[in-house]
Amino acid sequence: MEGDLGWWAVPLAVLGGAIRVSTPILFVSLGETLTERSGRINLGLEGTLVFGAMAGYATAVMTGNPWAGVLVAALAGAVFGLVHGLICSMAKVNDIAIGIAMMLLGTGLAFYFGKPFIQPAAPDLPSIPFGWWSDVPQVQAALNVNVLFLAGIAAALVLHWGLRATKPGLILRVVGDSTDAARAMGLRPAVIRTMATALGGAFAGVGGAYLSLFYPGSWNEGISSGQGLMAVALVIFARWQPLNCFWAALLFGGAGALGPALQSVGVTQGYYLFYAAPYVLTLGVLIATSSPNRALAGAPGELSITK
Amino acid sequence: MRPPVTGIGADPLPAGALEVETVGMTMRFGSFTALDDVSIRIAPGSFHALLGENGAGKSTLVKCIMGFYHATAGQLLVARREAEIGDPRDARALGMGMVYQHFTLVPSLTVAENLVISRADAPVVIDWAQERAGLEAFMSAMPFRVPLDQPVARLAAGEKQKLEILKQLYLGSRFLILDEPTSVLTPDEADEVLGHVRGLCQAGEISVLMITHKFREVTAFADEVSVLRRGRLVGQGRVADLTHDQMAAMMIGEEKALRPMDRQGTRGAPVLELRGVRAVDRSGLKEISIDALTVHAGEIAGIAGISGNGQMELMEVLTGQRALRAGEVRVAGEAYGATRQEAQAHAVRYLPEEPLRNACAPRMSVIENIAFRSFDRNGKGPRFWLSAAEMRARGRDLIAAFKVKAADPEGPIAALSGGNVQRAVLARELTGAVRLLVISNPCFGLDFAAVADIRARIVAARNAGAAVLLMSEDLDEVLELSDRVLVMSEGRITYEVPAAEARVAEIGHHMGGHAA
Repeated sequence: MEGDLGWWAVPLAVLGGAIRVSTPILFVSLGETLTERSGRINLGLEGTLVFGAMAGYATAVMTGNPWAGVLVAALAGAVFGLVHGLICSMAKVNDIAIGIAMMLLGTGLAFYFGKPFIQPAAPDLPSIPFGWWSDVPQVQAALNVNVLFLAGIAAALVLHWGLRATKPGLILRVVGDSTDAARAMGLRPAVIRTMATALGGAFAGVGGAYLSLFYPGSWNEGISSGQGLMAVALVIFARWQPLNCFWAALLFGGAGALGPALQSVGVTQGYYLFYAAPYVLTLGVLIATSSPNRALAGAPGELSITK
Repeated sequence: MRPPVTGIGADPLPAGALEVETVGMTMRFGSFTALDDVSIRIAPGSFHALLGENGAGKSTLVKCIMGFYHATAGQLLVARREAEIGDPRDARALGMGMVYQHFTLVPSLTVAENLVISRADAPVVIDWAQERAGLEAFMSAMPFRVPLDQPVARLAAGEKQKLEILKQLYLGSRFLILDEPTSVLTPDEADEVLGHVRGLCQAGEISVLMITHKFREVTAFADEVSVLRRGRLVGQGRVADLTHDQMAAMMIGEEKALRPMDRQGTRGAPVLELRGVRAVDRSGLKEISIDALTVHAGEIAGIAGISGNGQMELMEVLTGQRALRAGEVRVAGEAYGATRQEAQAHAVRYLPEEPLRNACAPRMSVIENIAFRSFDRNGKGPRFWLSAAEMRARGRDLIAAFKVKAADPEGPIAALSGGNVQRAVLARELTGAVRLLVISNPCFGLDFAAVADIRARIVAARNAGAAVLLMSEDLDEVLELSDRVLVMSEGRITYEVPAAEARVAEIGHHMGGHAA
């Protein structure tokens, strides 16, 4: 029977899910990597993600152009990051507490301004049908890759290279690892951290635009379901490495698709347990890769959680 | 970016070593005068030593020169021109650099990355192939080298110190301030480093102002010496004209330092025994392997070795910070896992290196830190309700007895200077019965009087019957204190000799890992 792949549908759905679901997680974790590499934690990215989703969707509805939506989402994210960064630059302010406040503020503002945009439909972001060679609809669906996913890969590569081989990248790492050393070099850590947080916010905003403008592709209040927070946790899992963020996001996205895929091939018992797969997987890998004898490799020295 | 400051007059500074002179430099903090009318001239190409105890104003003087502080009064002349140095960047633009006592390297960056990013003119996009070639060429011209691809966090203290000096040379500084540059180096390394620095001075490439407590280094390498005491310049002259005793007299004035006491008593029963101990080192790549090590009551066993040869890890094994892979540690015949109960039962005490990090809660008060061994005991047994008054009284007594200079005993211990943190921890660890004392680099970065004081207390503990295991990167210290000298190299004990028969050359040979 055409279109019925039996159990083959499961890995295919996992692959498709990995590509589809991972994009916002990838963007948020890349943004958080930037921020944390500068020595600050921005837990507010969940709020930024939701606000970015709303702002992007609203802009796309009003202008008819999804790319304008992505741009506005990025700008909104940058503003959120800037606010977080500026507040944290003041003395005796805890970045984690501010992050939680910003998370609540972001989601609250998004719900408030987003009410009128739950009904109207916005144009979707374009995607590239890499599955054109196949007649199997599941293959086509799985390989229908959104442009932002490719942009995310490019961003991960650029960040990986930039942190290693550019002056701004090295400066970011200096500031993140030792405030004293940075000051001795005549750098201004607070300014650099604020910029890194703003840029990180912009990344999260783009991730939000992907949510509302491609997958799931509409604006509603439950759109993120904690993906922003999960992405922040993934940064630790990825050991603050942009390329690892990519793999971690793929893994997480793929594991998330496992539950629905099993359900679709007719597994009726226990499939809901697989909805927890991403979390179980993350925990498992974290435990397997950590050691009581070694410090958490790669953790920026100025992070308030590792100090 | 501000344009570099070149002092008054538009002419560029002369090439080669810089002449730097302070004229009537005075620095007041409120009513406290940290620096009082200090005039020092460092001639171009000279190696100038700055002697003084902790708190004598050496750091203040140097910070005024480098632009961290703005002197209340006085002038700074660079190449005989008045220089206004607003911040360290101005100093750097003039070709003045400083090697700090605390490290200013970025731990997670590799050596190569640290060097490149420290350059003001680092390119926006770094061509690593080209930079590496440049760094290799630079390193090959140096008398010592540091592995370029290692993250600085993996380097031992001695290697970091070398890298700090290399960094300044790499940056092309023409006037260099060295703050206790050899504290963690072996005598050979120190001679090598300072010899090279002196060579650069004689070649007219740099002038050097070195803060130090080691008279030997002053005599061997410096041309001139200035001595500070309580913010005043109390002596100055050519090194060739001064004896060690004269310099010491200028430095400490009338106060008499405690001399290490005579040794008394005889070696008792074994207290600490290590058998077949195996553990991974900090990088996880190498192994620490101690086949047998015994320390007896009433003796000081000193482990000499170049930093990074496993001393840090051995200390961590003994303090319970590092898990054993095999073997056993016994104290007084019983298996010892370094739990609080075991340490208390056997009266095991520690003074680890970097005590602020390894033996203190930095933000808790001095008094609380001193109470860590005793806060939950009321003389006989454990207690639940703490007695703040008792803690305070006990803390104040110990602060006085061990001469800890703490402006505010209720303030955080992190606010104390290194020597005073060391004293505070010693006060805690040496109080009460001590059966085993494990010490690592007890005098790192301390001044003359503090060193003598702390060494006297260690010998006193030994005389009272404690078994002392001393690990130190300062060979002189090991030789002065130990009854038995051991050498650690590449994670193993490679040599053992009674102190009476110890010969520096032989020990140095084993420290370098060259002996068969």
